[in-house]
Formats: sequence, structure tokens, C-alpha cells
Amino acid sequence: MPALVQKTPMPGLRLSAGITLTMLSIVVLLPIGALLLKGASFGPGNVWEVVNRERVWTALLLSFRLSVFAALFNLVFGVLLAWVLVRYDFPGRRLVDAAVDLPFALPTAVAGIALTTLYAPNGAFGQLAAQIGWKIAYTQWGILLALIFVGLPFVTRTVQPVIEEIDREVEEASATLGASRPHTLRHVILPMLTPAALTGFALALARAVGEYGSVIFIAGNIPLKTEIAPLLIVIQLEEFNYDAAAAIGIAMLLISFAMLLAINIIQIVSRRKMGHV
Amino acid sequence: MKHGLFRAAALAIGIGAAFPALAQDKILNVSYDIGREVYEALNPLFIAEWKEETGKDLTIDQSHAGSSKQARAILEGLPADVVTFNQEIDVDMLAKGGMLPEDWRAQLPNNASPYYSLPSFLVRKGNPKNIRDWSDLAREDVQPVFPNPKTSGNGRYTYLAAYAYGLDQNGGDAAKAQELVKAIFANVPVFDTGGRASTQTFAEREIGDVLITFEAETGAIAKQYADKGFERVTPSLSLFSAFPAAVVTANADKNGTAEVSNAYLEWLYTPEAQEVIAQNFYRVNDPDVTAKHAAEFPEVKLVTVDEVFGGWDAISAEHFAEGGILDQVFVNQ
Repeated sequence: MPALVQKTPMPGLRLSAGITLTMLSIVVLLPIGALLLKGASFGPGNVWEVVNRERVWTALLLSFRLSVFAALFNLVFGVLLAWVLVRYDFPGRRLVDAAVDLPFALPTAVAGIALTTLYAPNGAFGQLAAQIGWKIAYTQWGILLALIFVGLPFVTRTVQPVIEEIDREVEEASATLGASRPHTLRHVILPMLTPAALTGFALALARAVGEYGSVIFIAGNIPLKTEIAPLLIVIQLEEFNYDAAAAIGIAMLLISFAMLLAINIIQIVSRRKMGHV
Repeated sequence: MKHGLFRAAALAIGIGAAFPALAQDKILNVSYDIGREVYEALNPLFIAEWKEETGKDLTIDQSHAGSSKQARAILEGLPADVVTFNQEIDVDMLAKGGMLPEDWRAQLPNNASPYYSLPSFLVRKGNPKNIRDWSDLAREDVQPVFPNPKTSGNGRYTYLAAYAYGLDQNGGDAAKAQELVKAIFANVPVFDTGGRASTQTFAEREIGDVLITFEAETGAIAKQYADKGFERVTPSLSLFSAFPAAVVTANADKNGTAEVSNAYLEWLYTPEAQEVIAQNFYRVNDPDVTAKHAAEFPEVKLVTVDEVFGGWDAISAEHFAEGGILDQVFVNQ
């Protein structure tokens, strides 16, 4: 049937591209466009006035600072976890491997309540921590913990396939050429992992910035101390202040965009470096 | 065999979808967060009564969440036939949005509030900190727990009740009232976003000395956590908290459910319904039911929003607006 022969090697390219773009528009671009439109009708001056308040700045700073810390922790721990899962065989490995995805699957409210139950002053771990005078739930530590939890799978899952692809021969070659193990790690393994790890880092960061459901239970929500920016948006909505809610939303969007852009640039640079190795 | 079953099921669903009115009446009651239990108890009784009166089967779907959130959802298209809220301003929002008449308060007795409650206290077993009234909450050794007034209607009532007490005690001196409320807020260890989350914090995490929530909730919690021996304390003065009910006429007319919706809300005022409501620790207006449950509802001086604050619009402008009195006492701890 000659009529069915495709002209391009990609079957149904136009159709699939059309569907993809339509879906992307409906799911991603339209809501963001609506948000920006709301902000535009509110006026940039008014948006700035809403954002430029001590309470909003404090919350934004808190949200982004803790999100960066959580993503950094996940970057280190996630790569380590991926390495262990790929390179070592131990009883229960598959179970641990499956458990990594749990933070994806669990409703965030469940995660938040579970973490609070464990880390509250009368909880199993909270009691231990209290003995050394360390309060976790209802402090910034609690927020950090929740953000680490929800972001954990991203780095591991992006780095894992890359580690699986690394041939042992590469390490052996490095060793036979006289490189020490730290040297091999630093100059051979890590450069190969960096792009994927950065992608995971960016995803974990983005997830943490927008996280509401789990944090709200463990944060304590004391203004200027443990109040996250998404809570301020909910507060504005609760008072039917759609404009002010959109203003804070836009501020978060812009900061997130700048951070993701920076990560992408770092990624491009590190890929280029890889190309020259 | 399997196919036959599927076909029969598909046919049944098809018929049901094509002739919903013939199949049965169905209404959606969009309600506040902590109203699950009372409507779980009430709905089967009304469904039975409706069947007896009209011969029709009735299904009542319930939706529970914070009532401001619910009002927003209805304005955005949630097809509620009736609302049973715990804040009058949220029904007013619906009226402003054209979902129901502006004079909804006149549609049912008692300003369309079939039952009411008030912010009240729940303390730990034996009341070790001897907490009796709002002034005790400002003591440095007392940690009160209540939800964030910025996100919870329940929290807003607590704030207003404490403020009203402050005014009452200081001969109407607003500065003194603010001082009291500020001291209370500074003692709060955790601000949850809703009433039930605060209950969790107080009862499960054992944080704080006193939980402030609606009296109806203190009763339900004391019953649920009977093993913990929580004790209910009624302050000397509190704020009348209406639980307004209204037919969302825009939706009910469209759905053809106006008649059953009206009957449902009117039924809430019957002695039968009022008894169930009182058993769920809400105060009611039916004299016989009130007399029967008198022991459970101690005397309290109740003030209203209109008397003390000049209505909800004034409160919104003066207290809850951005930078208003609530923000001042809340943030500058």
C-alpha cells in the first residue's frame, strides 16, 4: 500500500507535534498565561506593592532558601543513593529501589502528617531530638525535612540510568593509567553524572518551591518565622484577594524562572566542558 | 455471561443518565469542614421523611471543606443546591456573585441559621493550668492552640471573640483589647490552616494547654478522645457564631431541585432535626430540645458581630483587610 508510506523517517511527526503543543498549551501555558494576565490587569505597580512587604519578602526568602538547601541535600544524597542502587547488590535492593518513588505516589498531606507524627515533640524521633534540645517539627527544620522528602526521587531517578550506562572499563582504564580512586571519581565519574544530576537538582528545587500540602502540617505557620510563600497565596485566596494572590504567584514564578535558567546555563557549560574532555 | 452483565450495566447507566429525574431526586449540600458528622446523622432521617411524604428516593451528596473555599468553588461552578456554612460572609459572597438572593437571611427562621455555636475552650485533663477565661490565654505560662485566622473561619471567630472579651472587660477600650489579643497570639505555638488540623496538634501531638474552637467541636473532640480526659471550659463571654443555611437558587432552579432543597433546609428546624443537631453539641433554638440538653450548654454571655463590631463589612475593612488590626497583632509578636 504505497499511500501509507511515510515521507519522513519520523512517523506522524506533524500530528504528534500538534497534539504535544496543544496539550502543552492547555496544561502549562494557559494557566501561566492566565496568571500573568491577572497580574497585568492588576498593574505592575500594585503587584510590586503586594510583594514589597516584610511578611511577603520573609516568606519568599524562607521558601527559596529552604528549597535550595533541600535540593542540595537531595543532590548529594540522591547521587549517592543512585550509585548504591546501581553498583551494589544487597538483600532488599529492589525494595529500596521501589521505595524511592514513594514520595511521588504518596498524597502530600499524608506525607506531611506522617512526618509531623514522627518528628513532633511527642513523636518517635521528635522525642529523641528533644533530648538534645533539637526541635524539628514546627520549626524551619521541619519544613526542610518535608522538602527533602518530596524532592528525594528526582535526583536519584535522573542519575540512575546514567550510572547504569557507565562502563566499568572506563574506571578500569583510569586505574591502569595510574589514577587514584578519588581522582577517577573527581575527573571521570562526576563529570559524566553532572548534567543528569543538575537536571534532578532543578526538578527537586522546582518541586520544593511549590510544595504546600506536606509543609503546611509540619511548619507551624508562624508569621515571619515558619510561614512559606505558598501559604501566603492561600491566605490571599481565602480572603478573596485574587489580585494579591496572583501578585505573589508571579513573584514566585519569576524567581523560579531565574533559578531554573541559571541551572540550565550551568548545564550547558558543563556539557560543553564534557565535549572537550 | 460477562458480556451480558456489562451490557445490562451499561443500559442501566444509560437510562439513569437519560432520565435522572425519574430515577431519583438528588441534591448537593456544600458544607463547612467540620460538619461531616452532623450531616451524616441528619441526612438519612430527611431522606426517609422525604420518601414517606413524596414517595421519591432522594440522594444527598455532601461536600465538606473550609467554607470560604467552598464559596469560591460554587462561584466557579460547583453545582451546589444548598449551602450549610459556618460563616455568614461566605453566603454573602454567593449573594454578591448572583448565586442566591441578597435577602437570604429572610428566607428561613433565625436569620437562616438553624443552629449556632460559639468559640469555647478544651483543656487537658484536670485543667492543670486552671484556664477559665480569655484573660488566662494571655498568661505567659499558657499555650493556646487555634487555627490561623488568615485561613480559617474558625480562627477568625476565636480572634473576634477574644477581641470582644477585651472590649467588654476594658469598657470598650480598643487599645487594651488589642493588647490582650496580641498577648494571646504571641503564646500560640502552631498556627494550623484549619480547625481539624489544630485538633490534631492539640490532641495527637499534645502541643499546647488549651484548644480554642467551636463549642460543638470541643464536645465532639472530648467524646472522640474520651481516654485522654479533655475537659470543656466555657468562657464567661463569647461570640454568637451563626451556622447559616441557604438554597443556592441559581443552581437549584436550573437543576429542578428548588422544592426539595427548601424542604431540606426547613426540616433542619423541626424538633427531630434539632435534637440530632443538639446531640452533636451545637446549640439550637427549639425550646424543648434546648431545655432537654441544658446541662451540656452552660450559661454564657453571647455577643453578636453586629453589636460589637457593626457587622461583617466593618470587620473585613477594619480587622481582616491587609494591614488591618489582625495583621498588626498577628505579625508584630
